This record gives sequence, C-alpha cells and structure tokens, in this order.
Amino acid sequence: MSTTADALHLNPHEAHDAHHDADHKPRFFVRWFMSTNHKDIGTLYLIFAIIAGTIGGAISGIMRWELMEPGIQVLNHAWPIGAGTANFDEWTHHWNVLITAHALIMVFFTVMPAMMGGFGNWFVPLMIGAPDMAFPRMNNISFWLLVPSFLLLLGSTFVSGGTGLGAGTGWTLYAPLSTSGSSGPAVDMVIFSLHLAGASSILGAINFITTIFNMRAPGMTLHKMPLFVWSVLVTAFLLLLSLPVLAGAITMLLTDRNFGTAFFDASGGGNVVLYQHLFWFFGHPEVYIMILPGFGMVSQVVATFSRKPVFGYLGMAYAMVAIGVIGFVVWAHHMFTTGMSVDEKMYFTAATMIIAVPTGVKIFSWIATMWGGSLTFETPMLFAIGFIFLFTVGGVTGVVLANGGVDTYMQDTYYVVAHFHYVLSLGAIFSIFAGFYYWFPKMSGRLYNELLGKVHFFLMFVGVNVIFFPMHFLGLDGMPRRIPDYTPAFAHWNYVSTVGYMITAVGVAVFFVNLFWSLAAGKKAPSNPWGEGATTLEWTLSSPPPFHQYSTLPRID
Amino acid sequence: MASGVLMKHIGWAIALAAAWLTPAAAQAPASAPAASTPAAAQPTAAPAAGFAQEPNKPDAATAPASKEAATAIPTLPPTPGIGEPDGRMMLQDQVTPIGEEAATFHDDILLPLCGAISVIVLGLLLWAMIRYRRSANPVPSRNSHNTTIEVIWTLVPVLILVLIAIPSIRLLRHTYSPPPADLTVKVTGHQWYWSYEYPDNGVTFDSYMLKEANDPTRQKNQRARTPADGPPLLAVDERLVIPQGKVVKFIVTADDVIHSFAVPAFWIKQDANPGQLHEAWVKVDRPGVYFGQCSELCGARHGFMPIAVEVVPQAQYAAWIASKGGHMPGATPAAAPTASPAPTAAPAGTEPPTQQPATNQAATAQN
Repeated sequence: MSTTADALHLNPHEAHDAHHDADHKPRFFVRWFMSTNHKDIGTLYLIFAIIAGTIGGAISGIMRWELMEPGIQVLNHAWPIGAGTANFDEWTHHWNVLITAHALIMVFFTVMPAMMGGFGNWFVPLMIGAPDMAFPRMNNISFWLLVPSFLLLLGSTFVSGGTGLGAGTGWTLYAPLSTSGSSGPAVDMVIFSLHLAGASSILGAINFITTIFNMRAPGMTLHKMPLFVWSVLVTAFLLLLSLPVLAGAITMLLTDRNFGTAFFDASGGGNVVLYQHLFWFFGHPEVYIMILPGFGMVSQVVATFSRKPVFGYLGMAYAMVAIGVIGFVVWAHHMFTTGMSVDEKMYFTAATMIIAVPTGVKIFSWIATMWGGSLTFETPMLFAIGFIFLFTVGGVTGVVLANGGVDTYMQDTYYVVAHFHYVLSLGAIFSIFAGFYYWFPKMSGRLYNELLGKVHFFLMFVGVNVIFFPMHFLGLDGMPRRIPDYTPAFAHWNYVSTVGYMITAVGVAVFFVNLFWSLAAGKKAPSNPWGEGATTLEWTLSSPPPFHQYSTLPRID
Repeated sequence: MASGVLMKHIGWAIALAAAWLTPAAAQAPASAPAASTPAAAQPTAAPAAGFAQEPNKPDAATAPASKEAATAIPTLPPTPGIGEPDGRMMLQDQVTPIGEEAATFHDDILLPLCGAISVIVLGLLLWAMIRYRRSANPVPSRNSHNTTIEVIWTLVPVLILVLIAIPSIRLLRHTYSPPPADLTVKVTGHQWYWSYEYPDNGVTFDSYMLKEANDPTRQKNQRARTPADGPPLLAVDERLVIPQGKVVKFIVTADDVIHSFAVPAFWIKQDANPGQLHEAWVKVDRPGVYFGQCSELCGARHGFMPIAVEVVPQAQYAAWIASKGGHMPGATPAAAPTASPAPTAAPAGTEPPTQQPATNQAATAQN
C-alpha cells in the first residue's frame, strides 16, 4: 500500500477555509468539549476508557480480595459503597453490585470505547485516507452521550436497589430479578445508562459505516482496506443490528418495572425466558463487537513486526464477516440450562461450533503471517503474540462450552468465567494494549519506553494466567459464579487467583508509569518508528498527525 | 497439577485425623446410617478444617424425631471427594448414566483436543518466533497466499468439529430420552431456599442452608452445621431424599426470581423459572450425599441456598417417607417404620411397585 502521502501536508494553506488549516487548533474548551476532530474525539474516548477501565479493574480487585479466603472479609466493611451496613443481605447485595458494575464498566465503558471510539476514530480515517469521519458532530455527541451514561451507572451504586444500595442484577439484567426482584431507582438508572450507551454506539456505528463506504481515498477499494478497517466495518454492522434489540428489551424491563406491563412476568402472561432471548440476541454479537477490532489490530501489528503482508488477506477479511454473520444465530448457547427443547439445543450446539472454523482461519493466518517473516519483538508484537495464544486457549474452552450436553455442567460455573476472561480480559485487553503501544508514537508524537513496555507485558501475561487458569479448575470442581463466599474446598485455587490479580496490578502500574513518563519525557517519534513493515497510510503522516490531514487525498495504486 | 493433588491429599489426611479423634464414630462402617445412636450423642466441636469431613460420623441432629424415627431417617455422612467439591482440577465424579457419558466425552475427547490444539498453536508460535526472528532471517519472504494450506486449515477444523458433534448430539439425545420415571419430585426455588414436594407421597418441606456455629446471623433456634451434615455453605437442614437405582424426575420451577437447580455429580442443572415447569432426571445407583448450589443469580443470598440430595436404598426411602408423615403409593401408610431393620438388604427392584405412569415425553431411545 505505497502512497504518495509523504507530500500530503506540504501545503496546509490550500484548504478552502482558512480557519481550518492543518495545524490551527481551537482553544482548549472548544477543542476538547465541542470537538469535531476525529483524532481529538478518539483521544477523549481513550482517556475515558482508561479511566473506566481503572475503575472496573479496581472493582475486580475488591472482588478478588473478598474471594481470597472463605468467609466474608471485605464486604462487611462499609467501604466503598456499603455505607455503614451491618446487615448480611446488604453485604451480599453489595457483592452483586460489584459484579454488575465490573461487567458493565468493562464491556460498555472500557473495551467498546477503547476499540471503536478510541482506535476506530483515530485510525479508520487515517488508514482509508479520509480527512475526518463522515459526521463529525455526530461523532462528538457519540462520545458525550457516553459520559452521562457512565455517570448514571456510577450513580446507581449510591441509590437503593432493593436489598441494598446499587443494582445487583448482574450485567445481564435478567427478569424478574431486575423487575419485581429489585425495587428502588438503581436498576432504572442502569437501564437508562444502557440506553444512552446504546444510542452512543449506534450513532458511532452509523458514522463508521458511512465513513468507510464513502470516504475512502481514490484507489482504496474495499479489498485494499487494512484489516483493522475491515474489523471496524464488521463491528459497526454488529452494533447497528444488535443494539436496538437490547434497547427494546431493556425498555420492556423499564415498563415492567414502572408502568405495570408484564412482558417478562408469568403472572401477567409474560415469559421470563423471552427476556433472555432478547438480551442474548444482542449479547452474543456484543462479544464479537468486543473482539473483532482486536482481531484487526492484531493483524496490523503482526504484519508490521513480521515485515510481511498479512497472510491470506481476503480469507482474514471474510472470516471476520463470517464470524459477524454467524454471531447473530448462536445466541441461545448462553441459555442451555433454561429448559430449551432438544431441537433448539442441537441447533445451537452445532451452529456455535461452526464459529470455530473462521476463528481457526484467523489464528492460522496470523501464524502464517509470522512464518517466513523477519520478526522483532517490540511490546506491541509481544502483546499480539500473547493474544494469539491466549485467545486460542479461550477458543478451545469455547468449543467445550458449545456442547449443550456438556454445558449443563459448566453453565454458570467458574469454567465459564475462565473462558470468557480468556477471550476478553486476555484477548480483548491484550489486543487493546497491542494497539495502544503500536499507535502510541503516532498518537502522542513520543516513543514509549520499550523496557517498561516489556516488563508490563511479562508481568501481565503471567498475572492474568495465574488469575484465570485456576478458574477452569474451580469450574470443573463445581464452583458457581457470582457468589461472594464459597465452601473451603475452593479456597486453594481462589487464593492462587487472587495472587495473580496482584501480579497483574503491578503490571498495570508499570503501564501507567510508562504512559505518563513517555507522554512527559518520551523521545520524539518519527513518522514511522516501525520500519518497512508498517505500510498503512497513517505511518506516512507526521507523529502526531496534523490537526487536519489529507487536504490533498492520497492515491492508492 | 501437583498442588491440586496435594490439596486433595491434605484434605484426606485431615479427614482421617478427624475420624481418628472421634473413635465412636470411626468404628461405624461408612454405609451403616441406621446403626449408631451412641455416636450421635456426642457431636464434636466445630472443626477448623471445613473441607475435611469426618467420613464416618452419622448425622446427629437431622430432624426433630423420636428414637424410632431416627433409625429410619437417612443420615448418610458425606464422602469426601464424592458428591462435593474437594479442590481437584477435574470434573466431580459422576454417578448418573448421563453424567458418566458426558464426563467421558469431556475427559476423553474434548479435553485432549483442547490440550492438543493449544499445544500445537503454542508450538507453531514458538517455532516461528525462534526460526524467523530477525537475526536468524533478516530478509522476510513476501508470500501471502497459499490456497492449498488455506483450504486445509478450513477443512480440518470442520472435520474435527463433526467428530465432536457426533457424541455431543448423542449426549443431548440421551439427556432428553429419560426412561419412565419411578418418582417425581417438584423442586421450587425461593429467595433463598429450596422447597421439595413429593406429590405421590404427600410430603412437602423446605430446605435451608445450615449456618456455622459461630455465625452471628444464626438464630438461636437454628441448628448449626456439623461436619456430618456436609461442608460449610453446602450442608442443609433437610436433605432431598431419593431412592437408589430409581429414575427420579425433578419438576423444577420458582416462585419469585429465577434460580437454578444444579447438582454437579448428577450432571444436572435446570433453571427454575417462575411461571414455567421444566424437567430434569437422574438415576443414581450409589447411595450417598450429593451437594449442589443455586446456579443462577437470584439476589443477595444467591450463594447461600445450597442443594443436598441423599440417595438411599428403597426400603430406607420408604421409612423416610413414613417419618415425614407421607405414604408410599400402593402401600398402607403404616407399613414403613417396621421395614427399617434391613436397610441395605433390599436390592433395587424387589420393592413394592412404585412406578408412575410414564409421563416423560419421548421415552423411546433408552431402556
């Protein structure tokens, strides 16, 4: 993908509007609070995701602390949101609030904003040779909807959720626990929070689809687009098609809670399992929403540091399309124990296993990309390779769980927790770190510290495996999820898991040291710090890119 | 691997030590629940090591019952490592036909496959990282297509998945083809306890978790857990009792929010949905106590509504029904208590007929 882009920003004043020349930045407030610039909005998203991820990670720290030993040690203290309670039910409700908040924060306010909002906004226009997103003002409101949404979620933990403060329904908000089972405004606030986050994501998805279909530079055909752009395109379609279903389902929850409807109330002719079908019709595409952009970033990183083009480009692109399509027809494998008919179980077992095929194509293609390459192991590459292996481990346990007859045992145990943290906490988060280190010089104009980056990787690689691998054993031994206390037989592996959390926390601390040190004192980054392997358009621009890029569109031959 | 085995050994060691410390109990053979009232008179102090149960100690205070009834009430002590978690790294031992089939499928097919695929991917990655590092291979190749290998790595996973799908679908078929039920038990989940109803025997009761002796939330009139009841957070005040070797059908529902009725050693987990009835079935040949926990988030005390199922020989089951004020179908209500002296003698099949009409749908495949 060689371009003529090195001549791009030689003539900033040729822009037709003198106020929008390449490096004229608005004042602070206008720049950051009324932004229409995709890079600034991407930066806002990334900052938002880092803050939310820190909160979500701290919550998991409280949970691991509580689970370190049998008994209730942490929840019975008033801190942080127990508010001086002495009531056993309020302690354990507090636990449910923590698991709910952890999941919602990580899904809606960390992974999605980082991948789509952050990296998607930053690099889709740069990679396709577009000056900005198609709808810059809509881009702005996408981000600013997320802020009140997050505040509603955080605020919900300070108001009554029935048994205690906060919404203790789990992130799935299953009725009737979320309707008749939780009085008080907390669950309503969570529902509104999800409405706003959903609207934000739908607007963002429309923006991405329009941008990618209409604003590619001359010669940038769909089949020449970098795989990250492909992944964002597929993800945007998943968002656009799945989020309205979630919005409908939680609106029905809202009316069941407040306006006397009975969609999910059997005593009024409703059906509690209907909610689960609606939720997972959104929820399963959602898990691909959280991983597909990661696939794209890993493809860019592996190709760059192998100094080779991606192996099997078309197969890679259409594997993502296939995953997206199949992802919409497998949702009920989350519901194998709800009492489905045998035919449903057989269908969802078979359909779910089929997803392993395009996923396998991607894994093997990444390895084949490395095969014959000239590999160097900078931090992004380490995270990408770590991603490939850990995602494989999470993938094979996914094949185990796909079997409806086997899932009878595994459903709602720690085996499932281990599985989805391998694909998300180790898959999605590793790919986010890969992308972050990869693009940090481009975004900030400074090089990060390679040694600290590698220390971060190795600490985190060891740490997350020590957290999550023992959870397989706990699940096989029968430990249910979402319990604050357990029988002493589970004590050993829970202790090990908590030790893993401590290691991971140190690793994340190293990341923050690296981040702030590099922002303040990192070496100035050249336009392309990665050499001949980095062939996509963003590396033809300066680091950081000009405020407005591509005033002359690049041509792709 | 080693530490899991170590934990198991430690658990056994503590269990044996505890049994040695309570000599009266230790004399009683493991499967003689009705024998020893003397041992029942001296409950030991709450032990420190919770996951080590004294394997041989009969239950001291299961029910408010007279001496005669106490001989009839099933009081099997739990067996460490069977029917309850023990810190292992593998599936719990399975005691139902479906559980054995599923565990074999998992252990012999799925797990080796998971391991093999993970190791192959790891090996390929490591090989590529070493062989194609920049110092070993300074000039990268430009190959980016190979149709043959792409077809192979698409079709081989398809074949593997088909090989998995065959036993998987068979397992589902067997799960959904129960033999005619001998006994039906209605299981209802509540916030936060289970209630069990034996419609053919006229028995209904609630089953709550037993709290620890030192638990400040325990009411004065609540019995504290003893080791013979089972592990902490798993022991209940009244166990669900089912006869050995019989096909038992559970009708599962809930009356407030969704719960889930799960017993890992039986390989059953059925969500208890308010307003719906769903079925699960078991056939357990091994007498013993099997523990499970609610497996769907149901509110504050979701982690504190365990399930304990006790499997006993038919005669003992009949005696238990009688002690609960119920009756066996086809028998006069008074028959049961006198039948208790020979609890282990009656093999399955010699009892008075207790079959229900075969109401399970699709009872065709397995007989």
